[in-house]
Amino acid sequence: MAVQAVGSTGRVRVAPWNDPVIRGWVFQIVVVGLVGLLAWYLVSNTMENLQRQKIASGFHYLEREAGFEIGDTMIAYSPASTYARAIFVGLLNTLKVAVIGIILSTILGTLIGVGRLSSNWLLARICEWYVEAFRNVPLLLWLFLFYKLISEAFPGPRQAISMLWNTVFLSNRGLYFPVPMTDPIHAWMGLALLIGIAGAWVLHRWARKRQDATGQPFPSILAGFGVALGLPLLVWLLGGAPHHMSWPELKGFNFDGGTVIQPEFTALLVGLVLYTSAFVAEIVRSGILALHKGQSEAAAALGLSRGQSMRLVLLPQALRVIVPPMTSQYLNITKNSSLAIAIGYPDLVASINVTINQTGQAIENVLLIMAAYLSVSLSISAFMNWYNKRIALRER
Amino acid sequence: MTDMPVGERRQLAPPVDDSGVLGWIRRNLFSSWANGLTTIVLVLAMGWVLSWFLEWAVFTANFTASTGAECRGQGACWALIREKYRYIFFGSFPYEQHWRPLFAVIAMLAMLILSADRRMWNWRLIVIWGVGSFVTFLLMFGQLHLPLSLVLFIAMVVGASGMSLRKGIGSPTEILAYRVAAAVGLVGLVLRIVGVLPGWSLAIAPLPYVETGLWGGIPVTIILATYGLAFAFPYGILLALGRRSNLPLIKGLCVGFIELIRGVPLISLLIMASVMLPLFLPSGVTFDKFLRAQVAVILFAGAYIAEIIRGGLQSLPKGQFEAADAMGLNYVQKTGLIILPQALRVVIPPLINTFIGFFKDTSLVLIIGIFDFLNTANQALVDPNWAGFPGEVYLFAAFVYFIFCYSMSRYSKYLEYELNKGTRR
Amino acid sequence: MRKASMAVAAGLAAIFSSTGAMAGKDLDAIKARGSLICGVPTGVAGFALADSQGKWVGLDVDVCRAVSAVIFGDSEKVKYVPLTAQQRFTALQSGEVDMLSNNTTETLTRDTALGFDFGAVTYYDGQGFMVNKKLGVKSAKELNGATVCVQPGTTTELNLADYFRGNKMSFKPVVIEKVEEVRAAFFSGRCDVYTNDSSALYSTRAANVPPPAKPEDFIVLPEIISKEPLAPVVRHGDNQFADIVRWTQYAMIEAEEYGITQKSVDEMLKSENPVIKRILGVTPGMGKALGVDEKWVYNVIKQVGNYGESFDRNVGSGSILKIDRGLNNLWTKGGLQYAPPIR
Repeated sequence: MAVQAVGSTGRVRVAPWNDPVIRGWVFQIVVVGLVGLLAWYLVSNTMENLQRQKIASGFHYLEREAGFEIGDTMIAYSPASTYARAIFVGLLNTLKVAVIGIILSTILGTLIGVGRLSSNWLLARICEWYVEAFRNVPLLLWLFLFYKLISEAFPGPRQAISMLWNTVFLSNRGLYFPVPMTDPIHAWMGLALLIGIAGAWVLHRWARKRQDATGQPFPSILAGFGVALGLPLLVWLLGGAPHHMSWPELKGFNFDGGTVIQPEFTALLVGLVLYTSAFVAEIVRSGILALHKGQSEAAAALGLSRGQSMRLVLLPQALRVIVPPMTSQYLNITKNSSLAIAIGYPDLVASINVTINQTGQAIENVLLIMAAYLSVSLSISAFMNWYNKRIALRER
Repeated sequence: MTDMPVGERRQLAPPVDDSGVLGWIRRNLFSSWANGLTTIVLVLAMGWVLSWFLEWAVFTANFTASTGAECRGQGACWALIREKYRYIFFGSFPYEQHWRPLFAVIAMLAMLILSADRRMWNWRLIVIWGVGSFVTFLLMFGQLHLPLSLVLFIAMVVGASGMSLRKGIGSPTEILAYRVAAAVGLVGLVLRIVGVLPGWSLAIAPLPYVETGLWGGIPVTIILATYGLAFAFPYGILLALGRRSNLPLIKGLCVGFIELIRGVPLISLLIMASVMLPLFLPSGVTFDKFLRAQVAVILFAGAYIAEIIRGGLQSLPKGQFEAADAMGLNYVQKTGLIILPQALRVVIPPLINTFIGFFKDTSLVLIIGIFDFLNTANQALVDPNWAGFPGEVYLFAAFVYFIFCYSMSRYSKYLEYELNKGTRR
Repeated sequence: MRKASMAVAAGLAAIFSSTGAMAGKDLDAIKARGSLICGVPTGVAGFALADSQGKWVGLDVDVCRAVSAVIFGDSEKVKYVPLTAQQRFTALQSGEVDMLSNNTTETLTRDTALGFDFGAVTYYDGQGFMVNKKLGVKSAKELNGATVCVQPGTTTELNLADYFRGNKMSFKPVVIEKVEEVRAAFFSGRCDVYTNDSSALYSTRAANVPPPAKPEDFIVLPEIISKEPLAPVVRHGDNQFADIVRWTQYAMIEAEEYGITQKSVDEMLKSENPVIKRILGVTPGMGKALGVDEKWVYNVIKQVGNYGESFDRNVGSGSILKIDRGLNNLWTKGGLQYAPPIR
């Protein structure tokens, strides 16, 4: 109290070199100056080296023709496309792996985390072994193993394993399966799906409100699915139900038609999901264990089954503990997908690596990699923070 | 409940016996019909997988073949491991000198195990690391040159940290000694840089020189992870302190750096180190490829360590800071003597987990052509005589990684338990 | 400010005592160091491969050895740094190596924009395709729709795309960075076709086919889709060193043309032919002009051999690769190897 009184009545006069505020600023300016000096030193060296070695600089190369082919593209791409498009194709591939990987490893990880707490001793032990085995071995090793196994265990395309009455083919070129031919109706079906999802959400809101007000439940999840999937189906039927399929068939060296999941993608996805789900499982488990025992006892006392108490009482509460570490696992999946380069899946880093080799402009390209990953990371963080706030305990 | 007529009690069956082996089985494996079904399905599945695996890995396996051709068409070809294990462990290090990386690995393991012992967490740690590192690198290189500038640099750092840490605590002679060391180091270093002092160095050369390009296998993995973390540690501490500081510019710099590094994959830093670092340096100055990878790992590790240490700093009650201020300690003393010792204690288990992470993640250096353990294992598959057995090699490598990582994670669990003893009720 | 930065640089260099070559005159640095640092490929049988004792052998390695023999009179004063296609240019630019003998194709942009100088062509190569015989393919024109294994970071990837585009064919690339992994992918059947310089294809076929498959199960298709003159590379800036690298190769070709071999070189010292006398330094002048010992060619031939001997030993009839001399024969025998006169 006395200290506060002294502080509030007036400042003690000290010499400028003993004043903590002034000292702080001097220190900061010195440090920032040193960092600036280091940066200037590196930049000036770089400029000098670039000039001496006549390496071009700037981002103009992005508009030039890339000239190389990419094995797995989500959008139209040919060697005549620009470097910018090649890099964008890589970015889309990275996002594809990351999004599917996040969804699958969340599901698998949750199952295994809950499995570790099972009352069945054998199931709990198997889940534990799974976690230990995958956590303690480098991801890259798993990727190599899965890739080699896939490319050596499956036969070539001419001896492909055919399944489901010769419509699906499995070979070391990947899994080929039929898809519907592109039709103008697909765009309308996509639109209908969006409208359906919006409708389902409105329905869900309404059902919640009604349950809060009257206590009468409404099967909003089932109805929501019905609306979301029914609308596109309706559009399809109204559009004359076009059912031309593109069937995969062996033509020359490879299958033609249909669509394919390539071995590189499969190996990367399987490796990422199995590895990350081991970490997710630990997070889920510790999240559930962090709950007070009274919660599960109370749920049991209410007559809920173990499954119900897990789904309705424990997991929703555990989510609050789980979400922050889960965010960093999601970031890890995104960053780890860059290991694709080792097994030849054309992700962002692989595309940019080829670009570095063809253009020789390392600095610009490394900056692009960093900017791309930073923005993806920051968006995932932002989304998860928003979600975390939403589910946080609302205290009065 | 209240409906039940008074006096009329239903006879309940006696409780199921849940003691003994049968009881345990009943309780843990067959507590309900769903549980029982799960158990049966799992046992069948496991039996199937295990019998297949044993058939492959043991009963039909070949342990003695001298070429890959003899192995073909049978079970696992462990003869391949027998043939290649020395290459997998030590890479292209000169064959007859393989005892050197072996002892270097032992020295590093001893160093790590000793530093895991809580009784060593004081000045002994510095001695252990000094001696351990010296032995390791002497064995690996065969020859060491201790340049004058390094000695001067150490003198300066020791002197400066002694001056601020022991201020008002140590005797006047001790303080004077620190001042002299710092001054000699600083002046010497300036003279060396300006070029007045010649580049003397002390050469210790008992063994033939082996360049880093020939290093490979398990010593490379351990060196990259261990020294990656060891060097990242002090600068991670600085970053963490900077992030917690009240000075806006410092805080901004540290936050920016940490978030930048944590937001990008390690691969991008490694690519940067291998293709961009040469451009950053003045022409003619080059870094060894191995050192470049090590620098990238250190940069990367620092940001992660900083976040862990920040967690430790945040866990300290405010009273500790206030008490240190009240005692009139300066910032360095407050941080070095009061705050850090307590904060670091808390963060040791997560630090070990980070070390495990880096032990695994250093495998990425194979992408820039450094022969770590995973890369030498991979190279063992290249020999066309022995091609076609990836499963064996990768399982073997996975097993070795597992042994290292699992034992470390057990230790970290144990330590967490030990350290929490005081606070647990 | 510039001075200050130089001083800081010197200080940094002193603290992290660097192992690389010094700036300035490359040749002086090499002589002061006592060894030549040579960047070679990371294991291409016949061109550069460390044998089981760790000794480097191959056509590319012989180039380094010959240059070392010219500078030091001893072909063994070479330190080999294996470099991938991607790392090699940075390594040369930054001074990590003195020269590349790395199966590098000479192109205009590399010679100019990257700041390099190329020596004489050591091997006339071209990109080709290798397929499994079982596919029954006879020509690259039949490869429509094939899956092609290719290594990134070279002109190979671009030539491949150009060739298929030019012939209105499509293909699926499998791009893997490490040459061992690309080969493994091809041999495991992940790809139908493996494309690379034809020298590398022959080398892979001879040395890397995993049993039980045999080299004869694979064929290299007749189409050569690019010109790939492979030559050693040095940095711009030290013309004397560049001259030595270029004329070392010429000397080996010239020696073959005049029948000077490893065996006969001592005998040839007594030759009356004025050309041979000039080449072997019996008539002095050539060494002095190049700034090296007068017996420079003698040392090369004695320790390494002439171009034909090196070719036969490493990639030709005396090796497992059995590559035809073809374009790499002497100009007098219908090939392209033609050395300017040493006079």
